[in-house]
Amino acid sequence: MHGRPRKALEPVDAAAQSAKTEKLRLLQSQFLANHHNRIYSKEALEISVRLLEINPESYTAWNYRKLAVEHLVSQSESNPDTIKSIFDEELKVVESALRQNFKSYGAWHHRKWVLSKGYSSIDNELRLLDRFQKADPRNFHAWNYRRFVCALMKRSDEDELNYTEKMIGTNFSNYSAWHNRSVLLSNLMKREVEGHFPKEKVLEEEYNLVQNALFTDPDDQSGWFYHLWLIDQTVKSDAPVLVSSWPFPGSHITLKGNKCLHDHGSSISYPSLLDTGIIPLILCFNQAVEGIESSTVAVKSELGIVEDLIWKSLSTNSLNTAQVWVTYLNLRNLKLQMSRSYLIEISIGHSEGIMSSSGYHYSRPSEISFKLFVETAFTEPAEDQVGKMISWENDNFQKIEHFQEADFIMSDRIITGNDYIPAISNWCAETIGNEINSFRVLLSESDCKIGKLTLARLLTAYDSISSAHDKGMVHSEEILELYADLLKFDPTHSSYYKDERSLVLLRQITSTRESLLQYCHHDRNSIETNDGYVCLRLQNLSLSRMGSIESLLWVQMLDLGHNELKSIEGLEAMQLLACLNLGHNKIGTFTALGPLRLLKSLKVLNITHNEIGSRSVDTTRYLCSSPLSHTEEFDCDLFESLSGDVSAPSMWEAFLVFKSLNLKQLDITGNAFAGDNKIRSFLVKLLPTLKWLDGEALP
Amino acid sequence: MGELVTEKHVRYILAAEKRKDDFESVVMEHLRMNGVYWGLTTLDLLGKLDTVDVNEFVSWVMSCQHESGGFSGNIGHDPHILYTLSAVQVLALFNKLDIIDVDKVTKYIVSLQNEDGSFSGDIWGEVDTRFSYIAISCLSILHCLDKINVEKAVKYILSCKNMDGGFGCTPGGESHAGQIFCCVGALAITGSLDLVDKDLLGWWLCERQVKSGGLNGRPEKLPDVCYSWWVLSSLIMIDRVHWINKEKLIKFILNCQVVLAELLSCDFESDTENGGISDRPDDAVDIFHTYFGVAGLSLLEYPGVKPIDPAYALPVDVVDRIFFK
Repeated sequence: MHGRPRKALEPVDAAAQSAKTEKLRLLQSQFLANHHNRIYSKEALEISVRLLEINPESYTAWNYRKLAVEHLVSQSESNPDTIKSIFDEELKVVESALRQNFKSYGAWHHRKWVLSKGYSSIDNELRLLDRFQKADPRNFHAWNYRRFVCALMKRSDEDELNYTEKMIGTNFSNYSAWHNRSVLLSNLMKREVEGHFPKEKVLEEEYNLVQNALFTDPDDQSGWFYHLWLIDQTVKSDAPVLVSSWPFPGSHITLKGNKCLHDHGSSISYPSLLDTGIIPLILCFNQAVEGIESSTVAVKSELGIVEDLIWKSLSTNSLNTAQVWVTYLNLRNLKLQMSRSYLIEISIGHSEGIMSSSGYHYSRPSEISFKLFVETAFTEPAEDQVGKMISWENDNFQKIEHFQEADFIMSDRIITGNDYIPAISNWCAETIGNEINSFRVLLSESDCKIGKLTLARLLTAYDSISSAHDKGMVHSEEILELYADLLKFDPTHSSYYKDERSLVLLRQITSTRESLLQYCHHDRNSIETNDGYVCLRLQNLSLSRMGSIESLLWVQMLDLGHNELKSIEGLEAMQLLACLNLGHNKIGTFTALGPLRLLKSLKVLNITHNEIGSRSVDTTRYLCSSPLSHTEEFDCDLFESLSGDVSAPSMWEAFLVFKSLNLKQLDITGNAFAGDNKIRSFLVKLLPTLKWLDGEALP
Repeated sequence: MGELVTEKHVRYILAAEKRKDDFESVVMEHLRMNGVYWGLTTLDLLGKLDTVDVNEFVSWVMSCQHESGGFSGNIGHDPHILYTLSAVQVLALFNKLDIIDVDKVTKYIVSLQNEDGSFSGDIWGEVDTRFSYIAISCLSILHCLDKINVEKAVKYILSCKNMDGGFGCTPGGESHAGQIFCCVGALAITGSLDLVDKDLLGWWLCERQVKSGGLNGRPEKLPDVCYSWWVLSSLIMIDRVHWINKEKLIKFILNCQVVLAELLSCDFESDTENGGISDRPDDAVDIFHTYFGVAGLSLLEYPGVKPIDPAYALPVDVVDRIFFK
């Protein structure tokens, strides 16, 4: 099926072809007859061999041969020599089949089946594999079979490691060998085998090995992904680590009612929390973990342990693991007295159970303490209390100038993660530093894509590890220049570089309090009463994706208007978000808004001037909970009662997304679907709490 | 170049379905169930499913079901999980899922799950993540996904994750676009895509696009139209498809079409060599690559091709019909 040149047949060839076809047809029908009648005579077996030599993909023939073997073995009166020769015959058949097609799944599996019966010599197998390796070093069937044989003969990982080094030495353009090497080394490092621990020594040798490959031919991809893996192994910690939380340690949360006087203190108001009476506690880890529950994470105040807290993972996967976990303190249940401050303490990991999906335990028990001060009693907002519409116009915002007003952003200590991330070893910084130097040298000799991209990644890694030492993101400008370069150098992958650029930009913006402050504004209308939100305005930055969300957990009002966002992946962690502007972006489908469903506090949403409803391919179809992925039931009856005669196909997405939102204000103009009145009234029915649609008050 | 020659591809497929006498057809007789799925899905994507005899196909499909509940690749051959999925998919295309004995098929697939969560292809025990995808996809279509141990199945798939973010056929197996499609598809259907490192895998996948605009299946290999499906659907499921250049890929796929009768100065096989898509330009065409080429164009939003679901590999309207009735 692959690699056959396209050509017409000459008449002479046609006749030969016809005869060949007839011969095969006859063989197949004879074989099937023998199989159905369970005939395992010498003649019948011969027919199956001839068939498999021509057509090793005929899977039923391999099944037949296994049945024949079982039959012959049962007839052999347990004579070990007879049995061995039966299995040896099978090995011959496999070899001749592989000569016809060395990628035949059926042939390779048959060989495995024979070997696993235990009557055949294993030594031959490695020699056979050497021949296949020479013919095609990338044959993954052969590599898989090699792993099988090595396990069977209990060959050591170290010996196999030497084998991969030999393969790479012969020809570094052997991705399969590099891949195999990564598997062997992972096992060895995990087992902390003598001579392979600490991992510093291993990684140093591997950096040298892969540099030879990369620098000899920078366009050959074989070493690219291996090098990226090395960087990841160097920088990341195996054990899961908490990278951020809300509330952050040492913060003061004050819940004040609308009518209180201006407070000279530096606390921020939380209008959305007062509305719902629910305070989210958010934990954000550097990798997905399981086991976050009341036995491993305890929350207590001076009044005692807070009972009945249920920790929720912000993901839907079958293993119940997630990077971000949330629980909700219900003010009504807490029975706090008014006008006094309570110290709340979150204790993480004092008992075992928190684990990453690769099996590493959370090893640093820690506490997060914050003060909670409730000035006014929580009351349900009155029904007729309409409140004000939010405007996203520039005039509506005033930059926050003074640091004192900005304590809510968190002190620099927290942003740089000193409280959470353990001190990065000198070795790590040194190693990344050395790699940076090497790649600068490479780039000076050869202006290549992998050089620029790797340097950008190395500088990013260096900044992220040294930000723990309060240096901030010093290389941001250089990194952004490298991506600008790559956009021109490799236009095929320009969207990839754009996305990376967005991540770097956001990291730069959120890296220090000073940089973040540039983007913080007060909502003008509420400055006097001090009951409005602080808005983080990230407009017009050409952002094509979101990032650094772990540094934005405190945000209640976010303006992402006039960017190029196609998705808002990760936004579900922003549990305090009450107002969100996504106007003038490139959101193509309703399912892309999926993350918003987990935002209980979201009241105001602007999705004007996007592309919702005009794309035929939905790239977030499986990233949003739905019946397709068994993560959400579809309430057919409710849908029908609300949708009326709205055409069903694309409306189930709108239904699933909007029915879980409690919006007060929604703006949708400038999307393909927004002009359709039936859809507008469908949305209004889905959102019973909605007061304004596209700026108009609803009856 | 320039456009998709739909009529020619439809004629090619209809002729191929009827043709049973040439060498290629005889050699691939054992996987006819797959061929029928490829051919019919392509026809549906081009809006021409109504040109075939539904009953003829449905009764042929059912005649391939064995006592065990599994389906074989053709009449007389042994049952296997590969052909069981294709059979169910074909019936789904025709909206005839109600004729299936769901318990019987479910029992067959459940019997193939192993202790470690993996799936065997049949009673002879070959294990491969392709079979994990097939089991999950098939049972999901039949609304019986809860009959297998989903958690273990997902854990096994994760154990096949590699340093490059991709997946292999068994633990330690090299990343390959076909296996990646199967693992990502299985994780999509079980709501577990957050277990995929989308940025890392997305970069590996987008680097499959080579200078000619086509996609290969793993580093330093030749491009092939079938990877327009495996790589593209994987990228779409993890929302990273914008990382490849779509225009260049469309051009590559269209270049793999056979449009010109001028290749055929003789009459032999002139009907069949008119239409169809090959693995790369100037190679021979076959149903397999015709399907993947058209499916790829669907994912690239090419006009005149119905949208296809990237996880179930069936037209979106067929999938919506299964889950939203």
